[in-house]
Amino acid sequence: MRIDAEELFERALKGDIRSISRILTIAEFPGEIDPEIYRGIVKRVIKNGGRAHVIGVTGSPGVGKSTLISKLISMYRSRGERIGVITIDPTSPFSRGSFMGNRIRMQHHSQDPNVFIRSTATRGVSGGLSISTVMLVEVFDGLGFDRIFIESVGVGQIDVDIHNIAHTLINVLIPGAGDDIQLLKAGLMEIGDFYVLNKADKPESEQMFKTLREILEILQNQGLSDWKPKAYKVSAVLGTGIEDLVKGLDEHREYLMKTGSFGNIVSRRRKYSAKIILRHLLEKTLENYIDREKEYLDRIALGEIDPFTGSVEIFRRFVREIHRIR
Amino acid sequence: MILYSEELIGSEESSLREYRKIPKIIVAKLGLDGHDRGAKVVARALRDAGFEVVYTGIRQTPEMIVNTALQEDADVIGISMLSGSHMTLVPMVLKLLKDNGAEDIKVVVGGTIPPDDAEKLKEMGVAEVFPPDTPLSYIVKRIKELVEERRK
Amino acid sequence: MDYSFKVFNREFIEILSSIIEAWEKEKIEEGYRDRKKSFETESGIPIKNVYTPLDISDQDYIQQLGMPGQYPFTRGIHYNMYRGRVWTMREFSGFGTPEDTNRRFKYLIEHGETGLSIAFDFPTLLGIDPDDPRAYGEVGVVGVSVPTLNDMEVIFNGINMGEVTTNMTINPPAPVMLSFYVATARSQGVPDEKIGGTTQNDQLKEFIAQKSWVFPPQPALKIGVDLIEWSIKNLPKWNPISISGYHIYEAGATAVEELALTLADGIEYVREMIRRGYKVDDFAHRLSFFFASGVQVFEHVAKFRAARRMWAKIMKEWFGATKKRSMWLRFHTQTSGVELTALEPYNNIIRVTLQALAAVLGGTQSLHTNAFDEALALPTEFSAKIALRTQQILAYESGIADTVDPLGGSYYIEWLTDRIEEEAWKIIYKIEEMGGMINAIEKGYPQSLITESAYRKQKSIEEMRKIVVGVNAFKGEILEEEKRIPLLKIDEEKVREQQIQRVRRVRSERDPAKWRSSLLELERAAMRGENIMPYVYNAAISRATLGEIMGTLREIYGEWSEPIYL
Repeated sequence: MRIDAEELFERALKGDIRSISRILTIAEFPGEIDPEIYRGIVKRVIKNGGRAHVIGVTGSPGVGKSTLISKLISMYRSRGERIGVITIDPTSPFSRGSFMGNRIRMQHHSQDPNVFIRSTATRGVSGGLSISTVMLVEVFDGLGFDRIFIESVGVGQIDVDIHNIAHTLINVLIPGAGDDIQLLKAGLMEIGDFYVLNKADKPESEQMFKTLREILEILQNQGLSDWKPKAYKVSAVLGTGIEDLVKGLDEHREYLMKTGSFGNIVSRRRKYSAKIILRHLLEKTLENYIDREKEYLDRIALGEIDPFTGSVEIFRRFVREIHRIR
Repeated sequence: MILYSEELIGSEESSLREYRKIPKIIVAKLGLDGHDRGAKVVARALRDAGFEVVYTGIRQTPEMIVNTALQEDADVIGISMLSGSHMTLVPMVLKLLKDNGAEDIKVVVGGTIPPDDAEKLKEMGVAEVFPPDTPLSYIVKRIKELVEERRK
Repeated sequence: MDYSFKVFNREFIEILSSIIEAWEKEKIEEGYRDRKKSFETESGIPIKNVYTPLDISDQDYIQQLGMPGQYPFTRGIHYNMYRGRVWTMREFSGFGTPEDTNRRFKYLIEHGETGLSIAFDFPTLLGIDPDDPRAYGEVGVVGVSVPTLNDMEVIFNGINMGEVTTNMTINPPAPVMLSFYVATARSQGVPDEKIGGTTQNDQLKEFIAQKSWVFPPQPALKIGVDLIEWSIKNLPKWNPISISGYHIYEAGATAVEELALTLADGIEYVREMIRRGYKVDDFAHRLSFFFASGVQVFEHVAKFRAARRMWAKIMKEWFGATKKRSMWLRFHTQTSGVELTALEPYNNIIRVTLQALAAVLGGTQSLHTNAFDEALALPTEFSAKIALRTQQILAYESGIADTVDPLGGSYYIEWLTDRIEEEAWKIIYKIEEMGGMINAIEKGYPQSLITESAYRKQKSIEEMRKIVVGVNAFKGEILEEEKRIPLLKIDEEKVREQQIQRVRRVRSERDPAKWRSSLLELERAAMRGENIMPYVYNAAISRATLGEIMGTLREIYGEWSEPIYL
């Protein structure tokens, strides 16, 4: 099947669901299509992008991220915005398969042509964000979606990485899960813009909210950023507190616009995408190279050479090899 | 697009193969019944066989399922039904796919489907029907074949 | 009774030990080998070669078994069990229009069925009317459609509701269905004291297994308990709740998990009643249970015996019940449907016989036997008749109903009963640690237990560790007779048309002022947190439809959306 990049892009811009879907797949999987066409489409996407407000939503599994996003979607939809959602699930290291169950809580939006939900998986080798995820953001942005949500897996490096590609980062917590301590440990308190305490109808939430505010106050006084992180109490299931949160998100967007950070974050995101891809390529190449150094590795294994000295030597040889190829 | 040295990483073709789409399937409960045991067991087996499985949960309408498949660019839609209403609801899924020019997405149905109905569903365009007692390994194998067929 | 004695004295046990030791040696010397590396029950309990007094040497007959009709009721809740009266044969049925179901009920009564059991269609189970777009394709398919009081009146047309007892498998809309039922009985002139039967009304297991939930867990629990409270006040013969393990087992749980999760649900209902100010002895005798019985006869017999003993302990020791009836675990049983096969369906008649045998040996109070075509469709008159005949043959030909707890005292059964109890307590304690069942459900604990077990069971069939005759083993040529068995076909479109017309007629013929105010009052009562039952009843007799009543409550309580655990 011959694909005309221009035509596909135009159809997607007009909102044709299959065309949008196709472009998302192409961006996620560069190997799906002729490189010429790939470049043609992605170039247009990037050129047209840079306007969408990207909101990352992180938090441990079970804190209600999807339900919260679903409620936020309803609010933004009532303003007539177009919404893109990217949900990330873990890839099984054994089978490369993945179970994607996040959209279940947003399913009632699935008949709305202006809400486009795409499930993706970590697919990575090094535990961070995958190429797929960052490219999905570019596509939604380039196709004129107003707001893009990224729902994290809720564990590990990815939650931290989302900070690098989102304009606004929401951390979702629930009372009584030891989340306050976890946050401090993970250092997430230093990068979030919003801390949303979900399931606020539970009696334990009062104390937790107090603690949360105290922590935020300390952080604010440290003056890590001009934006003072904000705390909100919501019940995503009952829909309470969502309006206030939306107001807060609007303020944050305005703040980013005013200070010029909005555009800077888009640039940062693209640089970051490049880094992810480079890291991935390097890792793959290095992996392949390491196979050639089997004998040398055996010597490390036997204890003839210590692992550090040995590794540095292998890396030197690798760099020389790269030079040789040029 | 030469991504990197062929000498180190192999040919361009093989390097790109790594970036080929992983087969994606929607597993959905169509209609109102909540018996999700079979759907979950199959979803899990498919994941273990290397599929990306989008699980929509119970109480899905034909519109929800088709829209999900379109948005997710799924290769296959797997429908599980134990409610006996397959003869009214499954044809609606097929029609919606057709209306959206997406007949290339394969539809498979599992659950309490009597043999006569299974034949009728296949005549209407369902790619495969898995009646009760179908081994998981057969389901996985057959769905893999359907993905291959679609990608040709 | 304060006696504490071991059944076997120590000297005997010592001698027996040495005899068994020698015997073990002998067995190896003679070269006996087992056909499998290991044997275990479906719950994963390892099974030994043979059981002897050694395996139950710790058992205290008086404390742990006792006599039938006495604490802890391990051997049965009644002194003479089926010698007094055989179990109630209650075949779950209902399909199509209320007229169809009325005919089927009369057919079953004619063939000797002693209790009715209504199966509802999915729109009814979820509280929506037949003209709701979500009902499309589902009206009357898996059960009867009952969106209005008028429909209930048709179902019982010509059946004396003072003489039958009726089980209604209904959960979130249970308050509405009970109102329809009571209003119909009252209109037949049946006094409230004679209205008998059961509303399943087990809201919690919907989240765990059956998945016909509507409201979130907390309000769901509330309306369930509202119904219990109302029944205690108004209907002395009604079983307001049937705490159900059946669906949990069917969703893939093991017998142990089914037992534990069901009792844990029961504990939650008891706590909620106590929170409302009731004394345990005022209501506990009104709680009833519902379990599955499986083809693994011994494990299920042991499960039923353990269930009785555990519940009696929970009621007496945890909640301080003093009356015997408060400690009784009375239960209905349905033979497991997922164990039946679509291939070679006639084999299911034998499977159902074994499952039913387990239920009877386990001391069930009532029983539904599945029809052999269960894996493919709703039963035809023929298959439903065979199912009923299975029970009758067990009751009247086999002799198993002639003595109480005939397996009691079997070394194996007693040992297995103890083991199952032990394993079930572990799960119950874990749920207690989580702060009770509602928290556990929100965390997805019971759901993930079940999903895991379901996958394991399927795997064991795939890997031939579990044999299913005619499915993964002993597969031969499929004969013509088993290929195309006659199945019940529902003309959904026709049923839907009729039901839509009836619901519309009801809406146009009722008194609009009375109808509107009844729904308004319901709304206000729900917002105030009052018991909604009287208001639901009032709305029902004001001819508000099921969808309207449930819609009113949905507005206030919200709707559940489930977390997914795979």
